Amino acid sequence: MSFHPQMEYAPAKFHKSARTLAEQGPAFAYTPENQARFDENVAHYPPDQRKSAVLYALYLAQSQQGYLTASAMSHVAQQIGCSAAEVEDVVSYYTMFFTKPVGTYVLNVCRTLSCALLGAERVTEEISAALNIKPGETDPTGTFTLIEVECLGACDRAPVVMVNDDWHERLGPDQVREFIENVRTRGAAAFTGCHLHKEVKA
Amino acid sequence: MAYEPILTSQIDQPGSSTLDFYVQRRRGYEGLRKALTLQPNDLIEQVKASGLRGRGGAGFPTGLKWQFVLKDTPKPKYICCNADESEPGTFKDHVLMERNPHLLIEGCAISCYAIGAKVAYIYIRGEFYHVQQILEAEIEKAYKAGFLGKNILGTGFDCDVFVHRGAGAYEAGEETALIESLEGKRAQPRIKPPFPAVAGLYQCPTAVNNVETLCNVPLIVLNGPEWFSAIGPEKNGGPKLFCISGHVKKPGVYEAPMSTTLRELVYDYAGGMLDDRPFKAIIPGGSSVPLLLPDQLDTPASFDGVQKAGSLLGSAGLIVLNDTVCMVWLAMNLLHFYRHESCGKCTPCREGTNWLSQLLERIESGEGRPKDLDLLFGVSNNIVGKTLCAFGDAAATPVLSTMKLFRAEYEAHVREGRCTLPAEWRAKHPVFAGH
Repeated sequence: MSFHPQMEYAPAKFHKSARTLAEQGPAFAYTPENQARFDENVAHYPPDQRKSAVLYALYLAQSQQGYLTASAMSHVAQQIGCSAAEVEDVVSYYTMFFTKPVGTYVLNVCRTLSCALLGAERVTEEISAALNIKPGETDPTGTFTLIEVECLGACDRAPVVMVNDDWHERLGPDQVREFIENVRTRGAAAFTGCHLHKEVKA
Repeated sequence: MAYEPILTSQIDQPGSSTLDFYVQRRRGYEGLRKALTLQPNDLIEQVKASGLRGRGGAGFPTGLKWQFVLKDTPKPKYICCNADESEPGTFKDHVLMERNPHLLIEGCAISCYAIGAKVAYIYIRGEFYHVQQILEAEIEKAYKAGFLGKNILGTGFDCDVFVHRGAGAYEAGEETALIESLEGKRAQPRIKPPFPAVAGLYQCPTAVNNVETLCNVPLIVLNGPEWFSAIGPEKNGGPKLFCISGHVKKPGVYEAPMSTTLRELVYDYAGGMLDDRPFKAIIPGGSSVPLLLPDQLDTPASFDGVQKAGSLLGSAGLIVLNDTVCMVWLAMNLLHFYRHESCGKCTPCREGTNWLSQLLERIESGEGRPKDLDLLFGVSNNIVGKTLCAFGDAAATPVLSTMKLFRAEYEAHVREGRCTLPAEWRAKHPVFAGH
């Protein structure tokens, strides 16, 4: 069987959904601060459109727990006033939500054209080798998670790595090991940040 | 290069993002003050007369877009600012929001007044969290100074501006997908019509405008439509930001009128080719547009000029390629992107991008078969024009364009069973080390 006369039938290669049920996790509720933040944000939208705040609500849950569990999604659904399935639907679509624990530093290496032209593929390789993990994995110490992402919108600063919500710009393949060591010892201070941001602060 | 930047003037100065700087050094909020003395319809007429064309990619006249927004309706109206800048090779809105955020905030307020909206949502991509923090802090200052909120400047006009953070989806840059995402759903496009001007956010009349477009609005109001249309060629007026990346010495955002040629942008503004290697091709408008060759470099970088040369200005993301770039690899890299970002709503795009990506990987790794080239062409043509939004066409473009201009490279890959670039380039250049 084949969907096209010229295409071979190779079930392993079909674009299949990799959907697995999210881990249930411990009982979840917002901290009072996060609850206040959510209540403030949801007021940006008309009273009958609370669902607009779902992305914000998920970011809050993720910042509180590190990743999203089924309990967290149910809590978000309760806050929004929709079904948990609707929340899971959203979580499964967007790339910035994690349904598994991630490391302290999530290294999102941009792999799209402008970054790739300046060696992004090598950057990923070097990180992989330095940490002994493949893209999508977390190292055994739980410090780093490596993810290959698509265009981050900083093509003039290629190759770019987004680390959690921060940026590290112009990370050449030969600087990777030094960078990793730097992050280990100095933490977030090792990131260059966004060049525009820095000059404004200066 | 006698041109003086307008949108990006003084952005290298410390504190250029602050309200004080904007008011004192950039005639800040004078445009809003002036706009509020005009009738909304006159404002729309002014924007129409200026010939301002949307900076997000399509180049659609902004004044017309606003005019289409339904007037006689009891429903509220909305402005959605598209700050989901995710077209590969584009990073101009980032600079504007980071260094000149009040220009955008003022633009949002004026646009709201023009179409009769009371709320503007700035949909910013999740990866721009550092930009969002600046933007939110500056919006708060604008509220305190009375440029936003209730009864702005004592005119009785109310306007709120909120920032909405996306969560990583290229498709959210499509206007109806952006609206869906703002409504808290998956960012998937809607069937058009109805267009957002009739039934957009929460099924209410909505105008979706790019950041750079809205940033031009205060300037038009302040200096008049004639001033605006006099910059650059006819029908392509106004200041324009160009994002230059790839194999150039000084990648970055450059402001220029649209009469500037691609050659000037690459060799004068961006300092020429990296390591002085020969120029091979350029993608003039973000990854979704056809490539242009060296003999087309004298094309003016305007919407009409680039279109005449056989490509599109799109979001003005210029990606410059030197002779070490393998075109099959380039198509493979971009199709990896499109495969990943396809929202999955329309079958031709969801399945087609996956097929194209696999076929290109096969050819690039040296396992391509002669019939694969026809298959690439066939699959691409089965995507073009068969999807709800422009994503499908965009995804097929890198394949169709490289196959048209560099077919010999594809054939050589298949014939020789390997990537055909000289071995020393592959070894030296980081890109090819992984081959």
